[in-house]
Amino acid sequence: MGLGTPEKSAQQVTSDMAAPRGRALIERPFQWALLGATLLALALLAALLADVLIDGAGRLSWDFFTDYSDSLDPAETGIRTGLTGTMSLMVLTAAISFPIGVGAAVYLEEYASDNRFTRLLQLNIANLAGVPSVVYGLLTLSAFVYVLGFGRSLLAGAMALSLLILPIIIVASREALRAVPQSIRNGALALGATPLQVTSRQVLPIALPGILTGTILALSRAIGESAPILVVGAVFSRRADTWPWELFEPFGALPIQIFNFVRQPEPGFQIEAASAGILVLLALLLTMNAVAIFLRNRYQKRF
Amino acid sequence: MQQSRAETGTPIPAPAPAAAPAGEPAPTGATEIFQLRGLTCRYGGFTAVRDISLDIQRNEITAIIGPSGCGKSTLLRCLNRMNDLVEGTRVTGEVIYNGEDIYAPHIDPVEVRRRIGMVFQEPNPFPKSIYDNVAFGPKLEGHRSDLDDIVESSLRQAALWDEVKGKLKQSALSLSGGQQQRLCIARALAVEPDVILMDEPASALDPIATLRIEDLMEELKRSYSIVIVTHNMQQAARISDKTAFVTVRVENETDERTGELVEFDDTTRIFTAAADQRTEDYVTGRFG
Repeated sequence: MGLGTPEKSAQQVTSDMAAPRGRALIERPFQWALLGATLLALALLAALLADVLIDGAGRLSWDFFTDYSDSLDPAETGIRTGLTGTMSLMVLTAAISFPIGVGAAVYLEEYASDNRFTRLLQLNIANLAGVPSVVYGLLTLSAFVYVLGFGRSLLAGAMALSLLILPIIIVASREALRAVPQSIRNGALALGATPLQVTSRQVLPIALPGILTGTILALSRAIGESAPILVVGAVFSRRADTWPWELFEPFGALPIQIFNFVRQPEPGFQIEAASAGILVLLALLLTMNAVAIFLRNRYQKRF
Repeated sequence: MQQSRAETGTPIPAPAPAAAPAGEPAPTGATEIFQLRGLTCRYGGFTAVRDISLDIQRNEITAIIGPSGCGKSTLLRCLNRMNDLVEGTRVTGEVIYNGEDIYAPHIDPVEVRRRIGMVFQEPNPFPKSIYDNVAFGPKLEGHRSDLDDIVESSLRQAALWDEVKGKLKQSALSLSGGQQQRLCIARALAVEPDVILMDEPASALDPIATLRIEDLMEELKRSYSIVIVTHNMQQAARISDKTAFVTVRVENETDERTGELVEFDDTTRIFTAAADQRTEDYVTGRFG
C-alpha cells in the first residue's frame, strides 16, 4: 500500500473501525427499553396526580383547611384536625428524634472507637432503617402506651414516628459528619481545642446542612405514615385541634383523615374531599423535600 | 499590648529541667526546648519509630529529614501528642518539654497542643472567613475584646496581613494555596505557642510560595522554636540550624519497617561532613 492511494487507505481505516454488524441491533432497542421504563414510571405518577388534581382541586379553599370535618355535608367538611394533628406530630417527632439521632451519630463518628461493639451497633442501625413501619408502631404500643403508661396519646404517636425515622437520621447524620475532612479536626485539635470544642465549633456547623437535609427527608417519610400511628391509637377526631404541647391528648393526622374520607359512601367525601386531602399532604411533602434540596445546594461546602 | 507581643514573641520561662535517665546526655539548662529520651512509637503491633533520643534547641529551626515512610512525621506528631488521635498508638520513652514529660499521666494533651502548635502538609483552613480562622484559637482561650488586635498581629507575623487586610470577612478557601498555608501559620501563631511543628509545610506549594514560607520561618525563629519535617534536602540545608536524619531499618525476617535516628547534628555538618555513611549517602543523593 503506497502513499499514492489515500482513498483506499482511508476506506480501510473506516472498515476497521466500523461497528460490528448486529451491535446497533442490540444497543438501540436497549436504550429505547430503558427510556420506556422511565416514561412509564413518570406517566403512572402523572396520571395519579392528574386524577387527584381533577377530583380534588375544586374542593381546595381556605375553608377546607380551617373547617372541622362534617359527617353529613361533604361541601362543609374540612381537614383542620388532621392538619393540626400532623403538624403537632411533626414538631414533636422532630424534637424527639433530631437530638437523639444527631447525638448517636456524633458518638459513633467522633467518639466511638472502632471495636466489635461499635460495629455491631452500626450494623443494627443500618438494619433498623429497613424494619417495616408497623413494627415500630407495635413496639411503641407495648413499650410506651402500656408499660410506661403514655396511653393512646399524641406523645405515643410521636414516639412511634421517632423510632421509625431515628435510624434514617442517624445514617444521614453520620454521612454528613464523615464528609467533614479529617484535616479540619486535626487543625482545630492542633490549636488546643478539646474534642467537644472540635465537634461543636467546627465539625457540627460544617455537617449541619447535611444533617438537616437528612432529618427533613426522614420527617417527610414520617408525615405520610399511617400504620404506626394507627397502631398506637391515632383517631379521626372530629372537633378537636391538636397542639404540640397536648402530649397526652388523643390525636389525629392527615393520612388518617384521608382514610376516613375514603371510607364514606358519598362521592363528595370518598372522591372529592379525599383527593383534596391528598393534595394537601402531597404539597406538604413536596415543600419539605424542596427545603431539603435547597439546604443541600445552598450550604454544601466544597473542600 | 499586641504590638509588643508581636515583637517579643513568647518568652515562656523554662522550668528547671527534669533529671534525665542515667547514660543519656545531661540536660544543660534552658536552651533545650525538647529533650527526647528513647522515644518509641507503635501503631498496633507495628513500630513506626524506635528509640529516638535528641535535644531540640530553643529559637532554632530543627529539620527532620529522611526517606519516605521512615516515620519522620510520626516523630513530629509525638511532640504535640497528635498521635494520640490515631487509634492503637502507644508511645514509650520520654518527650521532655520545658523540663516536663508531656506523656506523663497527669498531662492533658489539649494543654500540650495549646503550647506546641502545628502546621500540616496540606493547607487546612477552616471553611470560615479569614478573620474567623485566625480568631478560632484565641476564642477557645476566652479572648473576646482584643480579637482584632490578635488577628492583625498574627497575620502580620505570618506575612499575610498586607494581602488580606481588605478582605478579612472573605472565605479562607478563596485564598491561594500558599496564602492558605500562611493563614494556617497565622492561625497557629494566634494562640501564642512556644513551638511550631511543621509537617512538610511547603510540599503542596509552588516554588515561589515555598520560598515565602521559608523566609517566614527565618523571621519566626526569633520568637519561636520550629521543628520542620521535610523530604526536601535543599530546604533543610537552606533554613535549618540542626538536622536529624532518620532512616528506615527493615527487619529481614518480618519485613517490618522501623524508623531510626541515624545522626543529629548542626545542619552544616550533616550536609558537609556527616559522621555516618548512611547520612552522607542520603544527603548526596545516592540513596532515597
